[in-house]
Amino acid sequence: MQLNKDDALRAYRTMKTIRVFEDRVHVEFETGEVPGFVHLYAGEEAIATGVCLHLDDGDRIASTHRGHGHCIAKGCDVRGMMAEIYGRKPGLCAGKGGSMHIADLTKGMMGANGIVGGAPPLVCGAGLAAKTLGNGRVAVGFVGDGGSNQGTTHESLNLASVWQLPCIFVVENNGYAEATSVKYSTACDDLADRASGFNMPGIVVDGHDFFEVYEVAGEAIDRARAGGGPTLIECKVNRYYGHFEGDAQTYRAPDEVENVRQNRDCIDNFAARAVSAGLVQEDDLASIDRDISDLIEDAVNLAKAAPKPEAEDLLTDVYVSY
Amino acid sequence: MGIKTFQQAISEALALEMERDERVIVMGEDIVGGSGADGEMDAWGGPLGVTKGLWGKFGDRVLDTPITESAFIGAAIGAATTGLRPVVELMFIDFMGVCFDQIFNQAAKFRYMFGGKAETPVVIRTMFGAGLRAAAQHSQCLYPLFTHIPGLKVVVPSTPYDAKGLLIEAIRDNDPVIFCEHKLLYTQEGEVPDEAYTIPFGEAAVVREGEDLTIVTLGRMVHRAVEAAEALAGSGIDCEIVDLRTTSPMDEDAILESVENTGRLVVVDEANPRCNIATDISALVAQSAFDALKAPIRMVTAPHSPVPFSDALEDLYIPTAASIEAAARELAEYRS
Repeated sequence: MQLNKDDALRAYRTMKTIRVFEDRVHVEFETGEVPGFVHLYAGEEAIATGVCLHLDDGDRIASTHRGHGHCIAKGCDVRGMMAEIYGRKPGLCAGKGGSMHIADLTKGMMGANGIVGGAPPLVCGAGLAAKTLGNGRVAVGFVGDGGSNQGTTHESLNLASVWQLPCIFVVENNGYAEATSVKYSTACDDLADRASGFNMPGIVVDGHDFFEVYEVAGEAIDRARAGGGPTLIECKVNRYYGHFEGDAQTYRAPDEVENVRQNRDCIDNFAARAVSAGLVQEDDLASIDRDISDLIEDAVNLAKAAPKPEAEDLLTDVYVSY
Repeated sequence: MGIKTFQQAISEALALEMERDERVIVMGEDIVGGSGADGEMDAWGGPLGVTKGLWGKFGDRVLDTPITESAFIGAAIGAATTGLRPVVELMFIDFMGVCFDQIFNQAAKFRYMFGGKAETPVVIRTMFGAGLRAAAQHSQCLYPLFTHIPGLKVVVPSTPYDAKGLLIEAIRDNDPVIFCEHKLLYTQEGEVPDEAYTIPFGEAAVVREGEDLTIVTLGRMVHRAVEAAEALAGSGIDCEIVDLRTTSPMDEDAILESVENTGRLVVVDEANPRCNIATDISALVAQSAFDALKAPIRMVTAPHSPVPFSDALEDLYIPTAASIEAAARELAEYRS
């Protein structure tokens, strides 16, 4: 699957925006100003980016508690996201959702999700709507290795296959469900193997490799659009931060993350390969880096200065009408 | 207009709305029956035949599902946020236990969590109630659990007329609605217009006017309350009966207005007694109409036990016209 220059630059911009966003939230969280529970996506950027580059606003995704990367890759407003994480009124969800519930249905982003395994049934629904309406749309559900063990995920794989829904299930296997290793929690070596029991293709990819994710996801999405039914893609990857901000991560090997950062970082590897192949120039990337730095700085400043929701907002939007 | 059963009223509402709006789909376990099998399609039309005939009229918009409530209830919810208006059947309300997350953590909360940017126009039709000797896992009255959750609307109709009008209202509503059908009401007959009509949520029906005592109730218990009221009338006790029709939203004004007039309240609820609709209404009246009360409030409910299987026990479990009548007599005689 050939990538043109524009797409390569989009991919880089998306991955780098996620990285800088997450690194900055990590820093800001330590100041105590960011409330609640925050789960960072840094290290996994190639997955959200490689999948969502094939989608437009009419295609749907549903996400996990570690959802910032999916939101950015699907086109959610970065300033609105940051304001939401700070619990401010101009936030994407008016300060009523927070990090675990960022959504923008106009962008086809059906929501991060605080319930592990919450998304796959909803993705079947988006696939069913696309199939019923005959609009050629697809729906992508992201789950972690933890979520892959939930009954909802297994039920949804079966339903999507039985109904031949235009759905793609992407398992982001970062090795840990909270603080428990996938080696302990999961009865198979490759989560993608489970696909055969549901009579759909199951493919393992290196989640640090944008190009591999992009290619495999593209094939699965094309197949789904053409009425060929669902696919399960397992992306093996590492997360750079803990399960949540504040997680001391003593369960991990001391050099585990550093090794990946040095040798397998998805953004470094993408940049090196794209530049050496002549697809993009160093200057292009540097220019994007400057844009992103300004954007995230602006987003944080706006979020900090933004008003919080007011008492009158407490009871709005419980219902459309009541 | 004609005499129709509760079951026909529901079937008619589904067909009319499916004709009116192509986005309305119907899905659930064996709501067609026979999918993938060698024999006839539409073999069941749901376990009690409520949806029979819809598949013949609407084809692929009527979908049998595997027995995977989390996946297909969740799929109905996901489809509702992305362009369809699904009516999904949860065969027995007791099965909420295997899919509740999709209902109360997902559907109920999307609009609020997403800052008002989501609409989830899904209807979950579900069968509830004791009396069919179906034992503890197929007989419960779990509408209080749904009523507790902000973001859900909960409907509990008692007549064929109400069932049709409230179901059409539910399908046209833009919030998630739990539509609870008492399994012993399906054969209930009543006048039902042929055309589509709606009954607004949050408007109780005063099904009997009276001066001496208010009975607030819902679902199948409305009919037992009517029976009790007729017996009480023979003793000169004039009961007013308020049929809630919906528990969320709930018509607080109708309840309070009636109690202000009569000064006596019996609340009848087939659900288990803790944190149910009867306790909710009792609290409302104690808070907001205390001065009007001439006697304590009486709650007539099922006991704090699972639903028993043996008819000898199940008949004791379900509130009866006699138990309603006894509670009413006690209040009528209080300090008189």
